[in-house]
Amino acid sequence: MFFWIIRRDLLLAMRRRSDVLTTLFFFIIVVSLFPLGVGPEMNMLRTMAPGVVWVAALLASMLSLGRMFASDHLDGTLEQMLLSPQSLSMLVLGKALAHWLVTGVPLVLMAPVLGIQYDLTGEALLVLTVSLLLGTPVLSLIGAIGAALTLGLRGGGVLVSLLVLPLYIPVLIFGAGAVEASAAGLGAGAHMSLLGAFLLASVVLAPWTAGASLRISME
Amino acid sequence: MAINWFKYSSPASFYFLAGKMIPLFSIAAIVLGAAGLYIGFFVAPTDFQQGEAYRIIFIHVPAAWLSMFLYVIMAIWSGIGLAFNTRLSSMVATAIAPTGAMFTFLALWTGALWGKPMWGTWWVWDARLTSELILLFLYIGFMSLQAAIDDPRRADKAGAMIALVGVVNIPIIYFSVKWWNTLHQGATVSLTQSPKMATTMLTGMLIMSLACWMYAIAVILIRTRAIILERERHTAWVGELQLQGATR
Repeated sequence: MFFWIIRRDLLLAMRRRSDVLTTLFFFIIVVSLFPLGVGPEMNMLRTMAPGVVWVAALLASMLSLGRMFASDHLDGTLEQMLLSPQSLSMLVLGKALAHWLVTGVPLVLMAPVLGIQYDLTGEALLVLTVSLLLGTPVLSLIGAIGAALTLGLRGGGVLVSLLVLPLYIPVLIFGAGAVEASAAGLGAGAHMSLLGAFLLASVVLAPWTAGASLRISME
Repeated sequence: MAINWFKYSSPASFYFLAGKMIPLFSIAAIVLGAAGLYIGFFVAPTDFQQGEAYRIIFIHVPAAWLSMFLYVIMAIWSGIGLAFNTRLSSMVATAIAPTGAMFTFLALWTGALWGKPMWGTWWVWDARLTSELILLFLYIGFMSLQAAIDDPRRADKAGAMIALVGVVNIPIIYFSVKWWNTLHQGATVSLTQSPKMATTMLTGMLIMSLACWMYAIAVILIRTRAIILERERHTAWVGELQLQGATR
């Protein structure tokens, strides 16, 4: 069931590749807009880079949340999935993982290239990429709760941002903080450990919560 | 003699109980508020470091306390509503949210007014200020989610879910923000240590907190009554109320 969901969602995403690319290009454009807004001063850009990349990743991941359940809800697949005797948490976990593979992984792969634009050092690039690798799955998992709660509501897209962005804050702080700590010579280990802890906690708690939320929304 | 507490978990009987309790809590709020303000403005001494500006704590600290307490209480009622499927608990949770958001805003606003003369700036990105701001976002998220859902039962449950997720996240957010940056002074009042402030100031602040509590309870009861009437408008007892033309 778990792998079946991932395979199915990836297949669907591959058949509509423009959706995946739109999220990725949104990420690239947001990151590229900041130097235009604040000026091309390299020292400032270097200190801003982790925060900018992380905020852009938050927004990009959030924007694509609507697709996680919406199309399945519209054509009735989601109802069938809820009726199936399989564990609902595993289903949600599969969908969140598929969402991460489709939106999170391209962001992680793209981040070093954007980091070079901001003149980051090689070590900072590595830390930024690893922090995104640990943090973006958390975004997909927490986002699943918001997506499940706002399923089928009018203005769901804006609403999901109000619900989910405050909950993303710890990931943002420690994700961007990891790069700053490593640049300050403190080492990124503590931040990475905390990001890992968030990942483990959200893997355990978020699918269950999102499953319960789906049941509420589908009643 | 055992009291049947569950009697009041029915919206119909709670409606009348709340109607009797509202005047009590309102009067208590007015009396305590007057006493607290009197102590705050006339009895409490001028602070030797901060001058008169410190007097804003008489509303700032109670508002900040209540903003946090009310969120926890809202989450508890949401959880009870979700677990036992009691309509009244969810209605109370819905009624708490606007008051909680108001106190959060008040704490931020009075904090800014205090910060300008003391720190020389309206706003700093400090741990406590930021987490209070995030608390305001959580309240707004809760209210807008409930407002967006037309079916009241689904609104109750979805709101309960986000309130509970928020309550799990608040400690995480609080500590992450705390490690991120801190300027705000530590807690002055704690249960484990003797207070680090003049007794009259502390008395004034505690009385003002009680006044804010009473005000919050009164307003929440009034709002709960309005929600009960709105949700139960098709029932017989609301119809009878309408026939009598009575509001109480």
